[in-house]
Amino acid sequence: MIPEIGHYALVLALFVAIVQATVPLIGAHRNDAAWMEVARPAALVQFLCVAVAFAALTHAFVVSDFSVLNVAQNSHTDKPMLYKVSGVWGNHEGSLLFWITTLGLFGLMVALFGRNLPPSLRARVLAVQAMITVGFLLFVLFTSNPFERLDPAPANGSGLNPLLQDPGLAFHPPFLYFGYVGFSIAFSFAIAALLEGKVDAAWARWVRPWTLAAWVCLTLGIALGSWWAYYELGWGGWWYWDPVENASFMPWLLGTALLHSAIVVEKRDALKSWTILLAILTFSLSLLGTFLVRSGVLTSVHAFATDPQRGVFILALLVVVTGGSLLLYALRAPVLKAGGIFSPVSREGSLLLNNVLLAAGTGTVLLGTLYPLFADALNLGKISVGPPFFNATFVPLMLPMVVAMGIGPLLAWKRGDLPGTMRRLRIAIAASGVTLLGMWLLAPEQSPWWAPPTMALAAFLALATLIEYAERIKLFRASMGETLRRARNLPRAAYGMTISHFGLALAMAGMIGSTAWVTESIQVQQVGETVTVAGYDYRLDQVKEVRGPNFTAERAVFTVTRDGQHMATLRPERRVYNQPPRPTTEAAIRTLWYADLYAVVGEPDGRGGHVTRIYHNPLVPWLWAGCALLVVGGSISLSDRRHRVGAPTKARAKPVASGKTAEA
Amino acid sequence: MTRKTRRLYFVTLGMLALGAAAVLVLTAMSDKLVYFYSPSDLQTQHITEDRRFRLGGLVEEGSVEREGQTTRFRVTDTVHTVSVAYTGILPDLFREGQGVVTEGRLGADGTFQAVSVLAKHDENYMPKEVADSLKKTGQWKPEDQ
Repeated sequence: MIPEIGHYALVLALFVAIVQATVPLIGAHRNDAAWMEVARPAALVQFLCVAVAFAALTHAFVVSDFSVLNVAQNSHTDKPMLYKVSGVWGNHEGSLLFWITTLGLFGLMVALFGRNLPPSLRARVLAVQAMITVGFLLFVLFTSNPFERLDPAPANGSGLNPLLQDPGLAFHPPFLYFGYVGFSIAFSFAIAALLEGKVDAAWARWVRPWTLAAWVCLTLGIALGSWWAYYELGWGGWWYWDPVENASFMPWLLGTALLHSAIVVEKRDALKSWTILLAILTFSLSLLGTFLVRSGVLTSVHAFATDPQRGVFILALLVVVTGGSLLLYALRAPVLKAGGIFSPVSREGSLLLNNVLLAAGTGTVLLGTLYPLFADALNLGKISVGPPFFNATFVPLMLPMVVAMGIGPLLAWKRGDLPGTMRRLRIAIAASGVTLLGMWLLAPEQSPWWAPPTMALAAFLALATLIEYAERIKLFRASMGETLRRARNLPRAAYGMTISHFGLALAMAGMIGSTAWVTESIQVQQVGETVTVAGYDYRLDQVKEVRGPNFTAERAVFTVTRDGQHMATLRPERRVYNQPPRPTTEAAIRTLWYADLYAVVGEPDGRGGHVTRIYHNPLVPWLWAGCALLVVGGSISLSDRRHRVGAPTKARAKPVASGKTAEA
Repeated sequence: MTRKTRRLYFVTLGMLALGAAAVLVLTAMSDKLVYFYSPSDLQTQHITEDRRFRLGGLVEEGSVEREGQTTRFRVTDTVHTVSVAYTGILPDLFREGQGVVTEGRLGADGTFQAVSVLAKHDENYMPKEVADSLKKTGQWKPEDQ
């Protein structure tokens, strides 16, 4: 009964969404207030409907109702409750329902908190939002109904892929989807602005918090996924340039560009049509990401759902959304008035440079991701594009961006003083010089040539970011009291920028260190035997059978010592799950502040030994810390009360001191 | 700075970035792409020893031999077979009779020296390339899926 209610609620949501997509739009066109007002109650009802559907599916998973096909295929009574719940979005149908629920939730938030939006803009935003929902609801109802019944119901389900039974991955898809769907709001605002023919600072102020929130969620989602791959797949790597990873990385890159260009629109009234274009493309790439992951066109470890028919539907949706909005853009963008003028060397100039580089970088990732598909379709042979391609194309484009990131925040708006800025950055330049020399002299023997210069660049960015902060609070230039007062009064957005930029520098150091100096050692180890990796001695003490809640495992115990001193005890496992009966590898990791000690146990060799794989991963902890700082920085920036002025939130808009503190 | 020069700056910057990206992509395309071949393809294609590529097919039944950390097995598309040597831990789902994709170079003795072995984390999985090449040789049995 409950699944039928869920299904019915989805159909109802479709009709409400159709009303919401049309009536307010006509109202805005005719300037009819009553018609425009339909949007807000419609958004509420639509959300309630999809929420009921989502709750119904969650209920089916929680009580293990195997008469629902989706539950029977993806759940099992033995599964811990966390994974029963995460199983809701751990499969194709459920994840799309989750998409739709998030869309509805975000639409509702615009309706609730957007009281101070101009009525016609609000009506149009909600209408565009509802159009996206209509597309997805049609998709779910016609090709991927999560409430399909199974008769007779099996006694038990076939279980969730054990690789996915992991807390990191339980929360990876929801955050990715919050990110993707969050960009739909920026998209809806962009389309609404094109329809209105007006983009101004107020528009940018409304769009920024949404973009920022989406960006924070997407960053967290990608980082969680990467972290999961690192400790779960047992290959010691954290990024494989897998098409599915790229699918989430591309909207992140363009979203980052959008975040920064919206600042220029807000502060300087420039780059307007570029920002609109970015908003359209960012959301289109989010859709493309969904298409790539869900259509099965990719050979990938991640492509869990494969059904070409669904792929065709999403492709059609993608063509309509992207094609339609780009057409609208071509027709309407010339209407937008060009704004403020700036010199190439200026804050705007550096933000523009970063935008162009991010867009070009996104382009190379897009090409590398789609090229094998085109080559296959055009019979040019079967090709795989892997890390060497991306390292040779994407990375070189990002390096100048890092330089611009260091210098940009110190430049003035409109017209900057480059020689003066370089003088202010002399400590950072000196520090990066020292890093370069130090790395060349001290780096381990097989250090690749590119490690010292890129590490020097990361050092430059970190120092430049700190210098910018120190200048703002007049550290050592004013009394301690004055400095503290300034530090307290600095807007949160400024702190957000400092923390995020510093986080990126840290993450960059982690990426370089772990790629350049990783040590891998694979061997057959007997119990009692010791292997030395990067100066650490790994002794295999024993291998024993253990039982988990829904798996049995072989657990190896390693004692790790360095110069006779105990460093860690590592317990990697080789698990075999009961349902479905699949083996998985559980790596054991000991995190030190400068490196990860990482051990994996493999199959027995039949003569009492076990294949073991040991990694020494330098600086990987810095990468995760850097990602955490990106998320923290973004969140702090989001909590800036200036973002709330006129922005969709309930907080009473307090009069804000229009201080001359430059904006981040 | 006038509007016109600003636009010129914008366009120049865009062209530069696009140009740089194009140069990088074209250079990378010439030597960073990895082609996929089936054992039958290897009979017709001439492949030099330094060329890295992917070899895919089924792991021949009864062909897997382990010597310490090195595993030797044969990859077949049921028409031709190629011997493969791989040193390291095999994926959890590596099985005789199952689809596999390996990446590496052809050794002087005709043995494929694999540096990585991919098997998807699903016992029913058949890599798409393998399925396609099996279809080509007429050995494709959809019910295997």
